[in-house]
Amino acid sequence: MIALTVNGTRHDVAADPFAPLSDTLREGLGLTGTKEGCNAGDCGACTVLMDGAQVCACLVSTAQAEGAEITTIEAADPLLDRLRAAFLARGAAQCGICTPGMLMAALDLLRRDVAPDRAAVEDALGGVLCRCTGYLQIADAVLDAARGTVIAAPADGRVGAAIPRLDGAPKVAGTELYGADDAPEDALWLRVVRSPHAHARFTLGDLDGARHRLGLFAILSARDVPGLNGFGIMPNLKDQPVFADGYVRYRGEAVLGLLGDRDVVAAVRDADLPITWEILPALHGVEAALTPDAPQLHDHAPGNILVRGHLRTGDAEPAFANAAARAGGTFRTAFVEHAYIEPEAGHAIPGEGGAMTILACTQAPVMDREETARVLGVAEEAVRIVPTACGGGFGGKLDVSVQPLLAVAARVANRPVRMTYTRTESMAASTKRHPAILYARMAADPKGRFTAFMLDGDFNTGAYASWGLTVANRVPVHASGPYRVPNVLNRTRAVYTNDTPAGAFRGFGVPQAAIATEALVDDLAIALGIDRWEIRRRNALGKGDVTPSGQVLHASAGLPDCLDALKPEWEAALARVAAHNTKHARHRLGAGIACMWYGCGNTALSNPSTMRISLARDGTLTLFNGAVDIGQGSTTVIGQIAADALGLPLSSLRQVLGDTALTPDAGKTSASRQTFVSGRAAAEAAKALRARILALANAGDGATLALDGTLLTVRDSHTTRVIDLAALDADLVAEARYDPPTVPLDADSQGVPYATYGFAAQLALVRVDTALGTVKVEEIVVAQDVGRAVNPLLVAGQIHGGVAQGLGLALMEEFIPGRTENLHDYLIPTAGDMPAIRIHLIEDPEPEGPFGAKGVGEPALVPTAPAILSAIRHATGVRMTEVPLLPHRLLGRLGGGEPPPAPLPSLSVGD
Amino acid sequence: MTAYHRPRSLDEALAIRAETGALPLAGGTDIHPLRTARAAWGEPWTMPVLDLSAVPGLDGIEEDATGWRIGARTSWTAIAEAALPPLFDGLRAAAREVGGRQVQNRGTIAGNLVTASPAGDGIPNLLALEAEVELASRDATRRLPVAEFVTGYRATALAPEEIVTALHVPRLDHARGRFEKLGARRYLVISIAMAAAVIAMEGDRVAEARIAIGACSPVARRLPALEAALVGQHPSEMASVPQPAHLTPLAPIDDIRATAAYRTDAALVLLRDLLAGFTA
Ligand SMILES: Cc1cc2nc3c(=O)[nH]c(=O)nc-3n(C[C@H](O)[C@H](O)[C@H](O)COP(=O)(O)OP(=O)(O)OC[C@H]3O[C@@H](n4cnc5c(N)ncnc54)[C@H](O)[C@@H]3O)c2cc1C
Ligand code: FES
Ligand code: FES
Repeated sequence: MIALTVNGTRHDVAADPFAPLSDTLREGLGLTGTKEGCNAGDCGACTVLMDGAQVCACLVSTAQAEGAEITTIEAADPLLDRLRAAFLARGAAQCGICTPGMLMAALDLLRRDVAPDRAAVEDALGGVLCRCTGYLQIADAVLDAARGTVIAAPADGRVGAAIPRLDGAPKVAGTELYGADDAPEDALWLRVVRSPHAHARFTLGDLDGARHRLGLFAILSARDVPGLNGFGIMPNLKDQPVFADGYVRYRGEAVLGLLGDRDVVAAVRDADLPITWEILPALHGVEAALTPDAPQLHDHAPGNILVRGHLRTGDAEPAFANAAARAGGTFRTAFVEHAYIEPEAGHAIPGEGGAMTILACTQAPVMDREETARVLGVAEEAVRIVPTACGGGFGGKLDVSVQPLLAVAARVANRPVRMTYTRTESMAASTKRHPAILYARMAADPKGRFTAFMLDGDFNTGAYASWGLTVANRVPVHASGPYRVPNVLNRTRAVYTNDTPAGAFRGFGVPQAAIATEALVDDLAIALGIDRWEIRRRNALGKGDVTPSGQVLHASAGLPDCLDALKPEWEAALARVAAHNTKHARHRLGAGIACMWYGCGNTALSNPSTMRISLARDGTLTLFNGAVDIGQGSTTVIGQIAADALGLPLSSLRQVLGDTALTPDAGKTSASRQTFVSGRAAAEAAKALRARILALANAGDGATLALDGTLLTVRDSHTTRVIDLAALDADLVAEARYDPPTVPLDADSQGVPYATYGFAAQLALVRVDTALGTVKVEEIVVAQDVGRAVNPLLVAGQIHGGVAQGLGLALMEEFIPGRTENLHDYLIPTAGDMPAIRIHLIEDPEPEGPFGAKGVGEPALVPTAPAILSAIRHATGVRMTEVPLLPHRLLGRLGGGEPPPAPLPSLSVGD
Repeated sequence: MTAYHRPRSLDEALAIRAETGALPLAGGTDIHPLRTARAAWGEPWTMPVLDLSAVPGLDGIEEDATGWRIGARTSWTAIAEAALPPLFDGLRAAAREVGGRQVQNRGTIAGNLVTASPAGDGIPNLLALEAEVELASRDATRRLPVAEFVTGYRATALAPEEIVTALHVPRLDHARGRFEKLGARRYLVISIAMAAAVIAMEGDRVAEARIAIGACSPVARRLPALEAALVGQHPSEMASVPQPAHLTPLAPIDDIRATAAYRTDAALVLLRDLLAGFTA
């Protein structure tokens, strides 16, 4: 027994003295508010106070906590309450998985320092990673709490109100339940044994003997999968096995499942299992996979090519021949890890007659249900997916992870089963952003009008298809950028390799393509002596313009407005850079600019959402909202839309969220579609309910509604009617489905791939240490056309988070299988790496969108990396073609510590 | 469950160490991540653990006529916050750069030294301070200069029955330390390269210079040629002294954080910045 004093209460707990305190708090004392994101000190999610000082609970042996005062997020403390309120008010908790750790780190600071400045706040929070917020709202919240200036929330939650998120309270209280936070007492633990080899064959020996010897409940393998041993995003290609069947295609592939008591599964040495490996040469990178003698990794993919994408309009080659200026280059990007702070986790509960319930973190419950049912060999109705709170996704939780594994295990055991990926397992096994090799060319006429664009892009889709098709199709449509370009030829390939599968990650290939395209735009500006802002403004897609897909943009094309909003700051930045750089040789400033567009929703595929809203006879107003809020704020935004469209206050709206048994299908949380598509469905459902109410009351369109208990008052200019809901025969229910109108693409990708597009431009100001090759991004100014900002606070949070991820993509993030499989070696931005961010929201309403709104989440990320690269080039004269731009890569180009080449004259100031 | 010892006295700790060979555990900020890394690929922890956290007398800083004794278990935060002369400015700066605040509150100076990572931020500072390691076993205590204690990549002269009990830093008058760390992000970052210096003055001239570079060789290295060249210089001239030839003791490698060539370039820049900082 170890005696622990937690939040003032003494507990005697039977725990392994060497077990991390975080584990004992969670599993021993049920205090799951303390999160575990890495168990290695790298993420800070487990931060608690030990005798008043912040520590990572995952680095403290339980025995070491004996005699100390431990304070966790569950503590009752007035200062902590003030921090909680400030976090809510500032939108400082998005997914919320980092929030307990952030709050504890902030509490440690405010107890030491009652009036910290921003630098002290960053210092105090520097050990806690957040992948969602970009830290700025968190730092603001801590400063607010210190000063006692917590901002008051707007009184009503109508569309346009910057209200705090509706689901925020449990996140700041530490009571939110994520995938690893809850499971039945009698659940068995599942640990997956994964291939340490990138490419190998294997045979299994006597599993039954091993099971006995090791004291396990079961050892699962491919033979235990009752249905199809395969899953995958593409409808007809379930190419990834749940358990590999004698052959693995990447390091991290699931081979066996160890099922049993927790201690027992943890104590098994993988080397003691009867697996005999025959290691095969591995294909790392697309170049290796495309060589003529490369082994073919999948029967269905000759030459290892999973799929090709193609777009053609006009005639690009002659347009190049006749152009006044031409630019071209080869660009490379790395694998990027989502690095959500919550590793994949959940549990499964088997039911009668083949039924299975899975509670896990996810972005796509309905797809999870399809996949799991197929693996179990049961009807979809037999499977129920209950999403837990999701500690970040960014595309990485669109594919199934734990779900089929848990389902198979729970079926075999006929008992509840739980599992939590380790950080390394999450990084080794889950999907990544596709590394790209892009050969791009672009041409312009003497006035700087773009005449032609060509791209050949190879995307490393890794061992399995996942979202490779989506990337291959989305990129050709977007690659020429948000510009008028009459002649375009884009070709992409998604290529199988023996690397980690690449899937969906905020932007589906578009961020990679934008790095190439925006560099070429700068090249053309330089060649023609035109200012970089100016050339973008001249070519910016606007209303009435035609895209390379032949789509006419009838509305909501606000890029010209975005650029105009940036103009004064652009000029100021150029002047500041010029003034600074005449005086400083080593630390040089640079300003850069980049634009982007992003189609909301699936590419030319149906992607409907259905929403249901009911006003019950007991007076409860309920939105049945199947959209999963992974931190981006859909629960709040869709709630605001529904309440406003109905005409009742948001405070009277209750929501039933994303449970496949209770809510209609709202599709997946991806492609920046939830506000636009599900929001529109919610608006339509609410309008239909409103119409029924108005008809009942015989009231005109402009009537106002008020709900008090079961009494619904309908007031228009003539009369006031009171409906007693309790007296109705049935609840008032309305349901609506919305599927954004698209037109299928032909072989040249001509059609209407998306109903609407987000547009944005960003300006970056960087400081480059030309002696060390290090870059500090000082400022990012964002101008983004969001159609309508349903909730400006949440929009700002999405933009900050996108900028942070874009900064990571540009400067530090590189997943290398087997080498950067943890958050120690894989670097994401910390609180000290963020620039100041200013935002100009452009609201060019989208007629298809609810209240004019369209997607926000992905667009914010796309222009950041190209803007930073443009700024680095401005500062140094060096055009970088490979990200991440680690210091050694930049210094290598600067000439190894020697003075940098003089910046190109046309890049210094204006034209 | 691995054997876990948490003795309440040094004698008891030394006895356990001698009898079981259990692995000393201080702040755990290297050991727990190691355990996690191994478990991730199916290698559970089996080594017995000797937790030193309840042993009295292993932390805190004491000063006497010859210098300072820093207890083995002294945390980075305790070092950063201690009232120490400018001689320790480099070590104290490093104390604020090790990991984040959580790691600084737990991680200890002896843990950093015994891990003997090429990128350990404490080690170049201890070299520049000419610190000695105090080692105790059941039968004896001995002292070893840090330069002799760290014998190679993650290797030390710690004997199987020994634990580190303290570090001793000799007095050096009119001296100041500095530290420069280079990483790819602001917080929680392992050094690509770092440089530590202690400069002692006589009037307005350098009387003694001790310079060490970390993360550019399997073990952090002093740079004797540079040190010699600095003696007699005016502080304002120091930054122009370092030259590529001074870096010959280094043997940088390519890894995920940087290339060897970059490390060589960066080491020189860091040295110049480090020395320039003495006049700031
Ligand atoms: C997120 C994170 C970031 C980090 N960042 C940095 C960084 O920037 N720079 C850096 O240098 N380090 C860094 N570290 C590593 C680590 O924090 C330091 O090396 C720390 O000083 C180790 O001390 P500890 O007491 O925690 O060691 P422990 O983990 O307790 O022990 C480390 C080693 O020292 C041995 N040991 C400890 N005390 C004794 C003793 N008294 N006698 C004999 N052997 C002993 C142990 O047996 C073990 O081999 C980081 C660690 C983490 C988790
Ligand atoms: S879980 Fe402890 S730092 Fe990540
Ligand atoms: S809110 Fe910080 S990780 Fe999601």
